[in-house]
This record gives sequence, C-alpha cells and structure tokens, in this order.
Amino acid sequence: MSFSILSPGLLTTVQDLGRVGYQKQGIIVSGAMDATALRLANLLVGNPENTAGLELTLLGPKIRFETDQLIALAGADLSPAVDGEPVRMWRPVLVRAGAVLSFGAPRAGSRAYLAIAGGLALPPVLGSRSTYLRAGLGGLQGRALRKGDAVPCAKPNARAAKLMRVLATNADALGRRWAEAAWAPDPALLPRHESSLEIRATTGPEYHLFSAESQGHLWEQEYSLSTESDRMGYRLLGPQLVLENPQELLSSAVTFGTVQVPAGGLPIVLMADHQTTGGYPRIAQIITADLARLAQLPLGGKIRFREVTLAEAQQLYLQHEQQVRALREGIHLKLQHP
Amino acid sequence: MNEHTTPEPQPAVQLYPLGDAAVVIEFGKSISPATHERVQAFCNRLEQQPFVGLVEYVPAFTTVTVYYDPWRLRQQAATPYDAVLQQLEQLLRRTSIATEKPAPRVVEIPVCYGGAYGPDLDWLSKHLSLLPEQVIALHAAPQYLVYMIGFAPGFPYLGGLDAQLTAPRKAQPRPLVPAGAVGIAGQQTGVYPLATPGGWQLIGRTPLRLFRPEAEVPSLLQAGDRVRFVPISAAEYQRLQQHEL
Repeated sequence: MSFSILSPGLLTTVQDLGRVGYQKQGIIVSGAMDATALRLANLLVGNPENTAGLELTLLGPKIRFETDQLIALAGADLSPAVDGEPVRMWRPVLVRAGAVLSFGAPRAGSRAYLAIAGGLALPPVLGSRSTYLRAGLGGLQGRALRKGDAVPCAKPNARAAKLMRVLATNADALGRRWAEAAWAPDPALLPRHESSLEIRATTGPEYHLFSAESQGHLWEQEYSLSTESDRMGYRLLGPQLVLENPQELLSSAVTFGTVQVPAGGLPIVLMADHQTTGGYPRIAQIITADLARLAQLPLGGKIRFREVTLAEAQQLYLQHEQQVRALREGIHLKLQHP
Repeated sequence: MNEHTTPEPQPAVQLYPLGDAAVVIEFGKSISPATHERVQAFCNRLEQQPFVGLVEYVPAFTTVTVYYDPWRLRQQAATPYDAVLQQLEQLLRRTSIATEKPAPRVVEIPVCYGGAYGPDLDWLSKHLSLLPEQVIALHAAPQYLVYMIGFAPGFPYLGGLDAQLTAPRKAQPRPLVPAGAVGIAGQQTGVYPLATPGGWQLIGRTPLRLFRPEAEVPSLLQAGDRVRFVPISAAEYQRLQQHEL
C-alpha cells in the first residue's frame, strides 16, 4: 500500500505530534505546526491522533494513490481536488487506486494536513515520525517529499475498513474513483482561518526588562508576519521593542509560542521547529490554545496581541482540549455506524 | 564543589511560568559549578521521581525548565500551574546535592589539531602570540564541564576554557563547518555535532560522532559530564573515523 508523489508542492513533510523527551539533548520537538488540524484529520480516518500524516504548505503536492485509501484533509483550504473535481475538507474520503489528489490556489490558511487511514509505514526515529529537516531526521529519509517518492502506508484498521466498503459502493454508483462521507463535524466547531488575528499571550519571563513604551507597543500596536518566516520561527514586523537596560542573558529553554526579541527589536515567535534553548529576552508567551490559529496565518497577515493571565491561559487550554475531545467522541460514534 | 570546605550560601530557588505548559526553576543568576550542581541534582531527582503530567525537562546554565501536560493535572489543584508548583516544591525539598550526586562521567574526545582538520589553528596561534603546540596543550589540558546541551542536537556548552585562548569569532562565518569540528569563540570552546554554518575559529576535528540518532541516548554528551580533549595524529583520526562509521 502506498501513494506516489507526482509533484511535491512548496514544502510537503511528514509530521506527527512531535519528538518529545529529547530536548535536554538539544533535539527539537518538531511536529505539526497546526496540531489541532492534524489530530482532527487523523480522527476522521479512525487513526490515533498522533499518527503521522503529511503537512502541506501553501502550494499542495500532486499525489497518486496506488491502492484504495481512506483519507481526510484538515487545516488550510488549498483548493483540494480528486481527479480534477473539488473535494471537501474535514471529512473522510475514499480514494480508489489510480485516483489523483491535487491542489489549487490557497483560499484560507497556510498549512493543510493529509491523514491516511492506518498511517504512513515509515520507521519512527526517537519515538516520532516527524521530519526534522536540519538534522535529516524522521519522516522520509529526514527530508521533504520529492517528485517520484513512493510513500508506504500501513493497513487501515477495522473501523476505517468498514467505512471504506460503504464509500466504495457509493464511488462505483457515481462512476468515479472517489467518494466523500455524507457526514462531517459541525462547522461551528471547526477552526476558521483569517488573515488578521487577535492572539492571546501571557507575559514572558523577561517582560519586566522591557521599557514601559515597548510593553505598551506589544499590546496596543499591530504586527504583521514577515515573509522571512518558516517552521522554526515567525518574524514580525511592527514597532521595535527594546530593553530598558540592554544586557546579556544566559541561555535557557524556549518553547512553541515563545516571543523572543533580538537586539534589533523586532519580535520572533518560535514555532514547531524552534531550537531547544535561546538567549534572547522572552517578552511574551502565546497561549497554547491560539498556536493552531497562528500556524495558519498567511505571510503578511496581521497580529494583535492581547494579554491574559496564566489562569485564563490554562482555562482556555482546557476548553480547547475539551472541544477536541468532544469532536473525537462524535467522530468515533459516526465511524462505528457508517 | 569541594565537600571539605563550607559551601557558600546559595540563592533562593525561584519558580516562574514559561507560558501555560512549562515552568522555569531558577537556581541562580550566574554560571558557576555550584549552581550547576544544584541544577544537576534536581534533574536527577526528576528522573527518579517523575510526577504525573511531567512531559520533559531541559537543564540550562542556571535553570531547569519543566514541561507539563495541563490536561493531566486539571483536577489536582485550582489550576494546573498550582498543581505543578506543589509537585516541584515537594521535589525541591527532597533534593539534596550530597545524596543526588552520581560520580561524573569523563568523556575523552580525540582531536586531530591543525592542518586541514583545524584550518584556523595557525591564525589563532599568531593572534594569541603562542606556538601552535602551546595552543593545543592549553586546549587539551583542562577537564571541561558540560553545563548544558542546546543550540543543535548534542551541542555541548563547555566551561573551563583557559583564559589565554580567548579569541574573536571569524568576521565572515563559514557557510559549512563539518561535523566534529572543534572550535573557539570568545571564552567558549565546543564541538559541532552536525555540519552547519558557523563562525568559530576551528582548531581541530574529532572523528567521534556527538549526535547518534540511531542510539537510545542520541547525544554522546549530557549536562554534568566532564570532557577531556586528547590530541591524536591524522593517521589515528582516519583509523578512528573508520571505526565510527
């Protein structure tokens, strides 16, 4: 069981929820930029949430399925199509052998996730299949996918196989090589991708070292996402943030969503491929519940930061997790009675 | 720390959040072997007694950052942060340097100095007004302390460089420094585990692989280890490299 890459798109990598437990050895976490989208894509094809799928960036790849597969797309809307016909996101889709998945113009968001029932049959490296490009670790030979790659897939589980049989009948009746499930999660519960975001954050450990004016800028002014942004960090353009008394700091841990400010004064938000430690002052920390939305912000998109307390951030964390778990329950029920 | 002398009074431990899923435990404000020992002792305690909801931890020069899962701690206190503070404070009370200190591991790193292996050795010798052999002797003399691993997989932050070897970074960083390159920058010395761009003055190269992704413990060096650089010949380098591959 496998699929072939006919064209690789801008940056298509294998990602799961990350390589956890090795940061003390300098090994980054990596993983999906929008973890919520990957989790939901996996749930829709009956996979455990941490199963590896593909992260597609802005310009999607062209993929031919060599065997029948149950797939789901979540995250950014990159105009997906199967055999040239538009296909809906956020729902299970059966693609039969020979069907070709392609993408068009990005409509909303920056990163889409493709989950395959059963997952990708690639060896985990240090407990994860996530691709860490700089160290050449994980995924498919530690690199982004290329034209001509054949990506092996594992066998779908019984839940997925049952849905595949139902959808195969529908596809045959329609005389085509694909069929969507008739059901999908309530759209009201799914994330919307916008080009102007309010992002909530707590103050960072070095917040108090910044001038009062800079502290004010952070919460009151608008920042935009520089084109020099990638999976490692989002560079922001806007008013400069400066320390009251410039000083050298000792390196310490940094994490996904840490807002660092180098000497130049323009903030950088660390993203999924963030280094494990850093020495720039940490003015703020984006709340976990807002990281998925930030991961989907298009280049040039606008950000306004809003301060929340740690207690609020944790309340929002639990609410977000509760919502994903409620969706999981609903999807499980649907998969049991396709 | 020498146990036969009276330990200097240590600053109070400070705990503060790094966002909604991590907490920083700060044992001091400046780099010192004494603070390092406290950091190591606490990491050992975390290894021995991981609490429910602990995800991972990252030691640095004066801090240990503990990542936790707020969902798993949601019912244990008013907030997950309160729950994690309770756990950490209990662990801190139980941590004593005397009982937590395993014998340090000494890792010998063979280095072929100079020539093609250390293209900046001659420049550095002239800059420091020392003979190349003196630079090598000074670099290979101390037992270095691994304060932390960061920046890149397996990259050690070492303490203990002889002050006579202090040197500026290169004005133009090299686009590619080979894996195993041993360099000096400012008052630091270190080894590049992966081929990356870099601006350090390269004085030698080791055939040892500092980063081994196939291994259960992929970083050859861990915080708390001691390191010695052992000069070797080019022939020995070649022989060891065959062995490492």
